[in-house]
Amino acid sequence: MPTVKSLEDLKRIREEALKKREIKTNQSRVQIIVGMGTPGIAAGARDTLKEFLSFIEEKGLTDIAIRQTGSFGLDAMEPVVKVIIGDAAPVMYGKVTPYAARQIMELHVLRGKVVEANLIPTEAK
Amino acid sequence: MKFFRSHVLVSIDPQCLEMGAREIVDALNTELADWGLADEVQILETSRIGDPARFGPDLVVYPENVHYANLTVDDIPFLVEEHFLKGRVVEKFRAQETLIVDEELGAPKAKEVRVVLRNCGKIDPHNIEEYIAEDGYRALANVLTGMTPEEVIDEVMRSGLRGRGGAGFPAARKWQLCRQVPDNPKYLTCNADEGDPGAFMNRRVLESDPHSVIEGMIIAAYAIGASMGYIYCRAEYPIAVANLNIAIEQAREFGLLGENIFGTDFSFDLEVRMGAGAFVCGEETALIASIEGKRGEPRPRPPFPAVKGVWGKPTNNNNVETYAVVPQILLRGADWYASMGTEKSKGTKTFAIAGDVVHTGLIEVPFGLSLREVIFDVGGGIKDGKKFKAIQTGGPMGGCLVEEHLDLPLDYEALTAAGSMMGSGGLIIMDDETCMVDIARFFMEFTQEESCGKCTPCRVGTRRILDLLEKICNGKGTLADIDQLELLCDEVMKNSLCGLGQGAPNPVVSTLKHFREEYIAHVVDKKCPAKVCRALIRYEITPACTGCMVCARNCPVEAISGEKRQMHVIDDKTCIRCGICAQVCNFSSVAVLS
Repeated sequence: MPTVKSLEDLKRIREEALKKREIKTNQSRVQIIVGMGTPGIAAGARDTLKEFLSFIEEKGLTDIAIRQTGSFGLDAMEPVVKVIIGDAAPVMYGKVTPYAARQIMELHVLRGKVVEANLIPTEAK
Repeated sequence: MKFFRSHVLVSIDPQCLEMGAREIVDALNTELADWGLADEVQILETSRIGDPARFGPDLVVYPENVHYANLTVDDIPFLVEEHFLKGRVVEKFRAQETLIVDEELGAPKAKEVRVVLRNCGKIDPHNIEEYIAEDGYRALANVLTGMTPEEVIDEVMRSGLRGRGGAGFPAARKWQLCRQVPDNPKYLTCNADEGDPGAFMNRRVLESDPHSVIEGMIIAAYAIGASMGYIYCRAEYPIAVANLNIAIEQAREFGLLGENIFGTDFSFDLEVRMGAGAFVCGEETALIASIEGKRGEPRPRPPFPAVKGVWGKPTNNNNVETYAVVPQILLRGADWYASMGTEKSKGTKTFAIAGDVVHTGLIEVPFGLSLREVIFDVGGGIKDGKKFKAIQTGGPMGGCLVEEHLDLPLDYEALTAAGSMMGSGGLIIMDDETCMVDIARFFMEFTQEESCGKCTPCRVGTRRILDLLEKICNGKGTLADIDQLELLCDEVMKNSLCGLGQGAPNPVVSTLKHFREEYIAHVVDKKCPAKVCRALIRYEITPACTGCMVCARNCPVEAISGEKRQMHVIDDKTCIRCGICAQVCNFSSVAVLS
């Protein structure tokens, strides 16, 4: 447990505490959900995930949450990624290689253009 | 900046550490590294998440906000593989109960200014870091490293802070008196023996923001030169006591209580003392006696506690609310605090609104708001569209105020001048269906029961006053009884030893002053105008009755008779005046007469 011996110590703990609070309350605008079922991982979902992470780090982006989930049930299309931006309808992408992940980030997340090449059409409801 | 897709907050509460939290953190790090996830998932340690007794070693994973509880080291490999690698929530490790979120207070209402209640419901009271995030202990750091005790007293003096226990004595003046007494060691006590019916502002602060009280006490101790403090809290507040103890323990771990706080030569420690919930222990000399383990009875003053208090040593006693506001004054400055309120009552005050208003509960407003604003704007007006009749301020020892007082500013002087008092801030609002004699009887019953019995005027006097009130409510009173009542009230107020006896007759005196005609109706006409006193009312079924028989079926003493679809009749001799028939009637055909 940290011991507070000076104002500086207190400030440091405060900074950490504020960061923890931010983590707790943070509601990101962009959510990228990567399917991490066994078929997904076999098809290279880990590399895809890492590519998303390094892209965010390179560009210093904020307000993006990378989440994982189990299999989406679309084994033939793995790795499958779901992108949700704000209140817009979720967009599903298939066969997301690290290259495609970069495309999705560049075009869809940053510029709002859906990457048609990897799009999995969802049935209109 | 390094980007982590997931953050794990692990509780390293001492109890969790005993149950293996450290090993869990190590195992998490190893497993994450093994899967190559170490640079994607960040582990953060925090002081407490759930109650260790129920949740054991626990952690929360963000952004999913999944709470895993009662973990052991052996669970970690599976957890890491499933949750962090494969993204599947492991249901079997999930906490069974959800963490309680404190939503009692809600968002501030119009005209509310929250200083004392600022953190309530906003921070987790079990986690000192959350208090520190809200600038907690900053004021203490500033005080200990940059101010002399005299400067602290000066600053609080300039803020105009007055004791929130009820009497409104300037807090800094009290500190100064205690500081000047040439005797050591000195003690600090915190009066958390909140006992007014319907008042719970202290409980709220102790439960939701205990660190603000602790920080305020450390600052006051520094100003006075005290080395030990006691928080006297009633045992009926188990959550408050538990949260206080957790907070004190965490403050000790962080070095904010104990030896050499902030690396200075100032040392101070705190202890919670539980009282058995005697109302009289809110009186400072009785409180001190109870802390010492003696019977909770007041003693004559002087000597004042500032000279001879706990263990016969100089003691400063303040209320929870007083201490809780001190860190804010020193952080934001005396001028900021003094800018709120009236000329002589500075800052804000919490009030517990109860009774016949739309929004009951806790509020915090600057001094000087009128009673009308508090009742109608903040409180939302009288319930069910009824008319305002009276308001009892200052708890059972305060007085009742009426329509003509509605534009009084809420401050210490104005309330005292009107024949009531600020007290701890309980406001009981009554509509026009309240019998004032019955209300006086109710409060008298409370104080009579709470009288400690040490001095005769209070012990016998309150009993006799109650007897007379009961007699009047039962329709057996005479005009002479009213005179007797006034005489008795006067004697009890003049001759009682402590504030309890001195204040107990207040509700009777003030209702006699403002509602004398109701007393007279009770004794002369044998009527209760508000139709409350059972001995003076009777129930009657009016022709609006449809003969549905609901009342007859619900009457507990079978006093109602009548044929189906025919008007029913209540047998007055059998009727016990429980009022159930009036409640169940769908056609409002049961009338109450007096």
